[in-house]
Amino acid sequence: MAVARTKQVDQIADERHLAAEAAAHPGPIAEFTKEEEFQALRQMLLIRRFEEKAGQMYGMGLIGGFCHLYIGQEAVVVGMKMAKQDGDQMITGYRDHGHMLACGMDPRGVMAELAGRRGGYAKGKGGSMHMFSREKNFFGGHGIVGAPVPIGTGLAFADKYRGSNSVCLTFFGDGAANQGQVYESFNMAELWKLPVVYIIENNRYAMGTSVSRSSAQSDLSRRGTSFNIPGSRVDGMDVRAVKAAGDEAIAWCRAGKGPIILEMLTYRYRGHSMSDPAKYRTKEEVDRVRTEHDPIEQVRARLLARKWTSEDELKKIDAAVRAIINEASEFATNDAEPDPAELYTDVYR
Amino acid sequence: MPIQLLMPALSPTMEKGNLAKWLKKEGDPIRTGDVIAEIETDKATMEVEAIDDGTLGRILVPEGTNDVAVNTPIAMILAEGEDAAALKDGKSAPSRAAAAAPAPSSPLAEKGREEASPAQQQTGAGARPASPAPPPPARPPLAEPDVPQGTEMVTMTMREALRDAMAEEMRRDADVFVIGEEVAEYQGAYKVTQGLLQEFGARRVIDTPITEHAFTGLGVGAALAGLKPVVEFMTFNFAMQAMDHLINSAAKTRYMSGGQVDVAIVFRGPNGAAARVAAQHSQDYSSWYSHVPGLKVIAPSTAADAKGLLKAAIRDPNPVIFLENEILYGVSSPVPKLDDYVLPIGRARVVRAGSDVTIVAWSIGMTYALKAADDLAKQNISAEVIDLRTLKPMDVDTIIESVKKTARLVTVEEGWRQSGVGAEIAARMMEEAFDYLDAPVTRVTGKDVPMPYAANLEKLALPSVAEVVAAAKAVLYR
Repeated sequence: MAVARTKQVDQIADERHLAAEAAAHPGPIAEFTKEEEFQALRQMLLIRRFEEKAGQMYGMGLIGGFCHLYIGQEAVVVGMKMAKQDGDQMITGYRDHGHMLACGMDPRGVMAELAGRRGGYAKGKGGSMHMFSREKNFFGGHGIVGAPVPIGTGLAFADKYRGSNSVCLTFFGDGAANQGQVYESFNMAELWKLPVVYIIENNRYAMGTSVSRSSAQSDLSRRGTSFNIPGSRVDGMDVRAVKAAGDEAIAWCRAGKGPIILEMLTYRYRGHSMSDPAKYRTKEEVDRVRTEHDPIEQVRARLLARKWTSEDELKKIDAAVRAIINEASEFATNDAEPDPAELYTDVYR
Repeated sequence: MPIQLLMPALSPTMEKGNLAKWLKKEGDPIRTGDVIAEIETDKATMEVEAIDDGTLGRILVPEGTNDVAVNTPIAMILAEGEDAAALKDGKSAPSRAAAAAPAPSSPLAEKGREEASPAQQQTGAGARPASPAPPPPARPPLAEPDVPQGTEMVTMTMREALRDAMAEEMRRDADVFVIGEEVAEYQGAYKVTQGLLQEFGARRVIDTPITEHAFTGLGVGAALAGLKPVVEFMTFNFAMQAMDHLINSAAKTRYMSGGQVDVAIVFRGPNGAAARVAAQHSQDYSSWYSHVPGLKVIAPSTAADAKGLLKAAIRDPNPVIFLENEILYGVSSPVPKLDDYVLPIGRARVVRAGSDVTIVAWSIGMTYALKAADDLAKQNISAEVIDLRTLKPMDVDTIIESVKKTARLVTVEEGWRQSGVGAEIAARMMEEAFDYLDAPVTRVTGKDVPMPYAANLEKLALPSVAEVVAAAKAVLYR
């Protein structure tokens, strides 16, 4: 089946090499057990296959509006999920399907929401960018660039107010990192020592504008410097590096030391949204990341190298994940649209 | 069984595209992620990528074909292990998803409805009823709480009443906290939070930096987590910096979450013109907020209403905009001395009964309305005065009941004329009480100018008692 991917026509892209950049900031790498490697693989595969299917369903007209796919960035949310504990909250922007799946939300409910069906997490009223799960401590799903940053800071405020010892993982992109409200939030978070990990998913492009064209200080891990918030750069394509950085950052917050910033160097393979022609980067740039740094391929290669698995077993895992996704797609496709009476419900309680 | 490859929609509005190029030939193996074809839309050239492994069995639409409708089968993919013979028996498995999506030639899609994208039309065509939207649910009646006979009345300023309301709710519920600029150590820029820091401590009475945008978002985050923030804006003029969080984050989240997440939060502070502070500090936001589904909007005019409604706002599970008025802060009026005086949100009050003309106002507008009623009485005109108290949800029924009696209506507000609250009331009377009216609804409003600084011009920019009197006489044709 088919989905759209962008064609690169003009070569005006930022040519900095991902590997060189990540290598310049060597961070700790978590030693994964066999179980952890498999866990990471399954979770990342689940996200990737889900997103591929979502792209396909968009192509068929089953999903409308805006649809921002997370393909390429899977290691970021999966590594952070492996570092977090159950009470910790998560909040992100509009590229949010991966975060929901990582939080343990049911792929059927997420896909049904994308399709605007009554079985969706928001009964079909929220769509791709607006989904929540109180049960899984996932607080959206926000369509406005930068808005989740003060909201996540407020979730952390509540953690501190209640003395819950929980931490809020607040995800945003390199584009949002230039928003004023981010710095207003940094200021209050450090002032009040709020337990919030700011995870900047630097996928290199804010829609079509590269970091070097939009950011005077392009080392985003230093964006907290003037607020005394420490930060570090992490190879966001290596789930072990993300997990290690996440462990340290969450421990920092839990110890009452206030906020901390993790800049995840990552990459999105697809366009900003489904209709992005992506003339701002070259095909070679995308292909290089896909072939040399793919987060999922890295895990598969490690598993095979250590003889912890076989090609056959990997195929079976992929088939099992595809089955889950196909079931979610089928559920979403066959589920009914919301009842017309739902138009007026949920505005007020 | 072979799988059909369909022409994808590549944007919310795409209906057809050109099949520019096949990058794979019939018989070529395909792996997930391979680019199979290029498609031109009016915006861009996009690549079609495989998401299954298999073999390109047959190309149904040759390259160079223009205007291929979305969802048209363009190729057949053989699954692993299938051979070309599978194509010959004429059977194919339109993907399960494709089968459920009506063909793009469905009548609804061809009509090209403007409000839905082609993609949405296709999915919705089968299931969406052609009937118009159902009517909104009816307004439930609300009862005023009884104030027992003989209840002692205590005269206090609105400032004190607001403070007492917050203090009582903070004693009652440990999740309630107050946050804003100068609310703690300074005791409130307008002294509304006086004494709260001393009683509740710095954990629950929190001074912020001057950063409306983020402390509003922070308040919403705390509310998402189940706390009950009372966010003070030093004045609502500064809340424009936070408008995105007020509307997009606070008002819409419950709906967008399908009712899963409540945002129980109060935003309060002085609204509208104070005196001589000029354009940027003198705006009335009544109509702005009352426009927004998901928000409740309260604008009291007396100390008792301020107390009873602020307590109700803090207990309300929805985001509430509580519009106070700086000039009214120091005005004293009687407040029932009750342990728990809570008023219903969404209920207007007939403050003064009359028979000739109805005057509707709220907040400081009530000062003009009541003085005008006095003046009119001297001219033998009996004015009924309604204090709206809540702007959203609006108690239209109380206004209609009054209009049934008087047949004439004047609205009073300090806000701008165009798209003001008075305009809304006038429209509602047209829709719901037209037959009871003997004259057009008439508005007395602030003038459509930024607030001037000069004392004389400022006075002219605001409504006046004389204008209310003149309007009342005009609708009475006197």
